[in-house]
Amino acid sequence: MASTTDAAPPGAASLGTRPEAPPAPDDPASLKVVPARHYARWAAALAVIVLVAQFVHGLANNPVWEWGVFRDYVLSETIVQAVWVTLQLTAYATVLGFLLGTVLAFMRLSRSPVLQTVAWTYIWIFRSIPMIVQLVFWFNLSALYERLGFGIPFGPVFWSVDSNSVIGTMGAAIIGLTLHQAAYAAEIVRGGVISVDHGQLEAAAALGIPRLRQIRRIVLPQAMRAILPTAGNEIIGLLKGTSVVYVMSIGELFYQVQVIYGRTGRVIPLLLVATAWYVVLTSLLSVAQYYVERRYARGANRTPPPTPFQRARRFVRTLRAAAAQRNQPVVPLKTTGPLGDSR
Amino acid sequence: MSQVMVDVHGVHKSFGPLEVLRGVDLRVRAGEVTVILGPSGSGKSTLLRTINHLEKVNRGWISIDGELIGYRRAGGKLHELKEKDVLKQRTHIGFVFQNFNLFPHLTVLENLIEAPVSALRRPRKEAEETARRLLDRVGLTDKADAYPRQLSGGQQQRVAIARALALEPKVLLFDEPTSALDPELVGEVLDVIKDLAGTGTTMIVVTHEIGFAREVADTVVFMDGGVVVEQGPPAAVLDDPHHERTRAFLSKVL
Ligand SMILES: Nc1ncnc2c1ncn2[C@@H]1O[C@H](COP(=O)(O)OP(=O)(O)O)[C@@H](O)[C@H]1O
Ligand SMILES: [Mg+2]
Repeated sequence: MASTTDAAPPGAASLGTRPEAPPAPDDPASLKVVPARHYARWAAALAVIVLVAQFVHGLANNPVWEWGVFRDYVLSETIVQAVWVTLQLTAYATVLGFLLGTVLAFMRLSRSPVLQTVAWTYIWIFRSIPMIVQLVFWFNLSALYERLGFGIPFGPVFWSVDSNSVIGTMGAAIIGLTLHQAAYAAEIVRGGVISVDHGQLEAAAALGIPRLRQIRRIVLPQAMRAILPTAGNEIIGLLKGTSVVYVMSIGELFYQVQVIYGRTGRVIPLLLVATAWYVVLTSLLSVAQYYVERRYARGANRTPPPTPFQRARRFVRTLRAAAAQRNQPVVPLKTTGPLGDSR
Repeated sequence: MSQVMVDVHGVHKSFGPLEVLRGVDLRVRAGEVTVILGPSGSGKSTLLRTINHLEKVNRGWISIDGELIGYRRAGGKLHELKEKDVLKQRTHIGFVFQNFNLFPHLTVLENLIEAPVSALRRPRKEAEETARRLLDRVGLTDKADAYPRQLSGGQQQRVAIARALALEPKVLLFDEPTSALDPELVGEVLDVIKDLAGTGTTMIVVTHEIGFAREVADTVVFMDGGVVVEQGPPAAVLDDPHHERTRAFLSKVL
């Protein structure tokens, strides 16, 4: 390299961008860094802050929002009960939907053309039917099949019950949400599974690991990396989607809110109650998603990135260290950068 | 002479119209090291993969320690085994892949005990003890709790070898174990394999490392175009090949 010869031109002229006199090359630690100034960016930020402040001010002070009514209802027993129903619907449909979806995904990936076709058809049909249509359909199930029974296929029935009495409205809602969710979950899981390197299954097979164990222990945990972001979307969509079961008169959040404002006429504050709860629940789900994703990222990075908490703690620690240092005599930093070891 | 451990008999294998193995015969005795050489595409990987039944053969048969692989003989017919039984047979056959194929979401120790615990139903504690002993043996004592991606390529391949050994297989198959490694990491992996050869492990190694073949192999097999062109002791095949194709290949890789 030319720059290592002792005949190198004085200073940093070889960089060619700074015509002024170069700083003393023997003390690079004394170089002061001047950050670039982004005037336009600052102006835009200021404008946005003013707009947001105006909006928040209006939200807080405009009587239309009736925050008093909001406060009265947001933690009332009826609403909390309704939130619980919403959570139950979401939980059941998520767990059952993803279980059925996983089975469907592996049916589609199986070597049996029969299983493939059945799974494909299921996904095709249940993705084609709007959820609300399906829910009303299950709600009216007893009109179609008055009795549910066990027996020989196409043969005699040994035991049967009135279908509306076993299923019930809540059951019908869970079935409807689950079947709908399973069709989407199947594709999400399948996408995750095919994203796993084929060499992984081959290695597992070469080691003689039993087939189910290959899937549960080797493939699925790795597929989770691809499954989780989309599944998170789906579950949040489902949480909000449970609001359509109001058509079945189930006392979930949106239904209850409607009942209350139907009685009191306080529409806006009650919609705000529902909004607040949906936002809180969605946020909790997002936080949960973050940590679940982190768990399944084990081994994916050489050094996993810190969590926001760890980052905050580290930030506090650096602030403290900086404060402590301010009380100490300043020691110039020793650099070993490209300028530092030119000799 | 010790008994035949691996017996490959008239094996044919096609992928669609492409005939990749065209009647391969190979006999490996217990405790011996066989090195397979040959140009790319000559069917070396396919042959190794038929030995542990990752690929089915179209014709011929393979046995290990006298047991047919992938089939059961009844009357004059070969009946294909169920997957469960094939998996059981594979626990006797260690396979080391070119690109390691370690399970990235499991620690090194978990990689090593997975198959012994799930396939051989070994108690976890016992499997861990064995695993740690094997890690000692491949020089990775302190890496038990690391994840594969935190290791260098050479270290990963040594873990993969330990993982294969954890099943105490009757034979170890290596498919170009050093081809994915930086040159300075090749030595550490070859040293582990040499060490295994010294302790009488039966091995079939596909490699392009001629020096390794000369030093460690009991038999060198040269494959080309889906057949074994010639085989014999390293000195004979490497220094005095009979076939023009072997000579041409060796002149390219030496
Ligand atoms: N699964 C497969 N499907 C189709 N062709 C294959 C498959 N596996 C290998 N081949 C072909 O078989 C030939 C031999 O491959 P391989 O055994 O990997 O050779 P080698 O390991 O000696 O380089 C190559 O032409 C390759 O393209
Ligand atoms: Mg190959």
